[in-house]
Amino acid sequence: MSVAGHFGYWATVFLMMAGLFIVISRGNLVKKLVGLSIFQSSVYLLYIVPGKLVGGTVPIVGEGFTVYSNPLPHVLILTAIVVGVATLALGLAIVVRIREAYGTIEEDDLLAADARAD
Amino acid sequence: MLAEHFPALLVVTPLVAAPLIVVVRSARAGWAMALAACLAAVLMAAQLLARVAASGPVSYAIGSWPPPWGIEYRVDAASALVALLVSAIGTASVVYARRSAAAEIGGERLYLFYALMMLCLAGLLGMVVTGDAFNLFVFLEISSLSTYVLVALGRDRRALTASFQYLILGTVGATFYVMGVGILYLATGTLNLADLAVRLPQAADPRAATVAIAFITAGLGLKLAMFPLHAWLPGAYAHAPSAVSAFLAGTATKVAIYALARIWFSVYGADALLRDIPVAPVLAALSVAAAFIASGAAIVQDDLKRMLAYSSVGQVGYITLGLSLATEPGVAAAIAHVVNHGVTKSALFMLAGAMALRLGGTRFSDLAGVGRTMPVITFAFVIGGLSLIGVPGTAGFVTKWALAGAAIRAGQPVFAAVVLLSSLLAVAYIWRFVECAYFREPPAGAPAPGEAPASMTGTALALTAAVVAMGLHGAPVLGAAGRAAAALMGGAR
Repeated sequence: MSVAGHFGYWATVFLMMAGLFIVISRGNLVKKLVGLSIFQSSVYLLYIVPGKLVGGTVPIVGEGFTVYSNPLPHVLILTAIVVGVATLALGLAIVVRIREAYGTIEEDDLLAADARAD
Repeated sequence: MLAEHFPALLVVTPLVAAPLIVVVRSARAGWAMALAACLAAVLMAAQLLARVAASGPVSYAIGSWPPPWGIEYRVDAASALVALLVSAIGTASVVYARRSAAAEIGGERLYLFYALMMLCLAGLLGMVVTGDAFNLFVFLEISSLSTYVLVALGRDRRALTASFQYLILGTVGATFYVMGVGILYLATGTLNLADLAVRLPQAADPRAATVAIAFITAGLGLKLAMFPLHAWLPGAYAHAPSAVSAFLAGTATKVAIYALARIWFSVYGADALLRDIPVAPVLAALSVAAAFIASGAAIVQDDLKRMLAYSSVGQVGYITLGLSLATEPGVAAAIAHVVNHGVTKSALFMLAGAMALRLGGTRFSDLAGVGRTMPVITFAFVIGGLSLIGVPGTAGFVTKWALAGAAIRAGQPVFAAVVLLSSLLAVAYIWRFVECAYFREPPAGAPAPGEAPASMTGTALALTAAVVAMGLHGAPVLGAAGRAAAALMGGAR
C-alpha cells in the first residue's frame, strides 16, 4: 500500500483537518459555517471512496457483471448531505438573526457586547 | 395487532404530529396535539417496558426488511426505560409550556414551538429505539436541529449566540460520531448494532475498532456534555425558554449517554473495553474532573439557570463515572442516575422558570427574598436541590449511594470518596440559593406574594413529588436500571 494508493484517505483527512481548523480559528460566523461544511464533506468522502472499486460496475445481477461497487454508502451519504444542508441553512438563518440583534457577526465583538451587557 | 408496531409508532406519532401542528397553525390546537402525542408516547413506552420485562427484547423490522439488511428497531429493558423517561419529561414539559412558552415566546408563531418540541421528541425517541448505527445519527441530527431552534427562541439575544455555539459544537460532535460509524462500517460491512457486536471481533484490523471507539466517544461526549466538551451547555440551558431548558435537561444529554452506553457495552462489550482499549480510564478521569470543576463553577455563577446548567455537567460526571467502571452495578447506577437526575433537573428548571416568569429574571439579585414572595416554589426548589446534593429521602441519594457502592465493589473506593466529596460542592451552590431566597430582603418594588400559574406550578410540583417518591422508595428505579444494565451488557450479543 502506497501513499498514492491511499489518495482517497489523504484527501479525506486533509478536508477534515482543514474544516476543523477553520471552525476553530476563524471568528467570523459565516466562515465558521464554511469550515463546518468542509468538515462535513470529508465524511462524505470517507464513506464514498472505499465503496468504489476499480473496474466496478453498478450492482446488477446478470451476465458480464462480476465486480460491482457498493451502492449503500451513496444512499447513506445522500442522507448525510441532506442533514448537512439543513444544518448550514439553519446556521445561516441564526447568523442573520445575530446580525439583526447585535449588528455584527464577528465573535470577538459579540463576546464584547455580551460582556458589556453583564 | 397495533401493539406489535409500538416500537415504530413511538417515533412516528410525534414525527407526524409536528407537520400536522404546522398545518393547523393554532397555538391552542398545537398544544393539545403535542400533549396527545406525548401521552401516546408515554403509554407506548410503558407498555413496551412491561412487555420487555415479561418476555425479553422486542425486535421490529422497518418495512419488513429483516435485520441486518433492513433497519431494525430494537427495544430492550434499557431502551424502554429511557424512552419512558424521555416521553414522560416531554409530557410534563408540554403541559408546563402552555403558560410558560406563551409568556416567553408568545406571538402568532407560537404553534411552531410545539411542532419543534415534537420533532425533538421524535428524534430523541428514535435514537433510543433504533438498532442501527447510521439511523441513530439521523435521529441525533433530527433532535439536534430542532434543539438549536428551540434554544434560539429564548427572549434574550444571547440565546442566539448560545444556539449558534451549540450548532457548531453539536454538528462537530455528530460528525465525529458518523466518522466512527463509517470506520466501523468499513471494517465490518454492517451497520446493525447487534450484527456489529458479532462481526467486530472478527474484523481484519483491530486498529479500526480502536479508532472508531475514539471518534464515537468524542462525538457523543460532545452531545452528552462530557467535562471538557461541555462549553455549549451552560449558555444553551441558561438562555433557552424555561420549558425548553426543562425538557432538554431531562432528555437530550441523557439520550446521548444511553447511545454511548449502547455502543460501549452492547457493541464493543465491557471485556474488550477494559482489555484492549484504554477508553474507560480516560472517561473516569474526565468524570472526576467534571464532578469537581463543573460543580465548583456552579458555585460562582450569578444566574440560577446557569448554576443549574453547570450542576448538570457535574451530575453527568457521576453518570459517566458509573459507565467507566464497566461493571454491571456501575452501569446500573449510571442508568438509575440518568432517570433520577433527569427528573430532578427538569423539576428544578421548571421551578426556576416559574420564578423567572414572576420576577423577570433568574439572576441572584432578582431572587432576593423569593422565599417570601413565592414560598411554595422556593420550598420545592430546595427539595430538588437536596436531591442534587444527595440528601437521604431524595432521588439523588438513592443513586449516589448505588454509585458509591458500585465503585467500592469494583475495587475503586477512591471513586466513592469522589462522589462524597464533590457532593459537598453541591451543598455550597444550593446554600447560595437558600441564603438568597430566605435571608435577604425582597428588593423595593418586588411583586406582591403569589405563585406562578397553576399549570406551571402543578407540573413542577408533580416532578418534585416524584423526586421525593423515588427517594423514599428507590427500588422500582433501581430494579429497572439493573435490568437495563443487564440488557446493555449482554443484550445485543
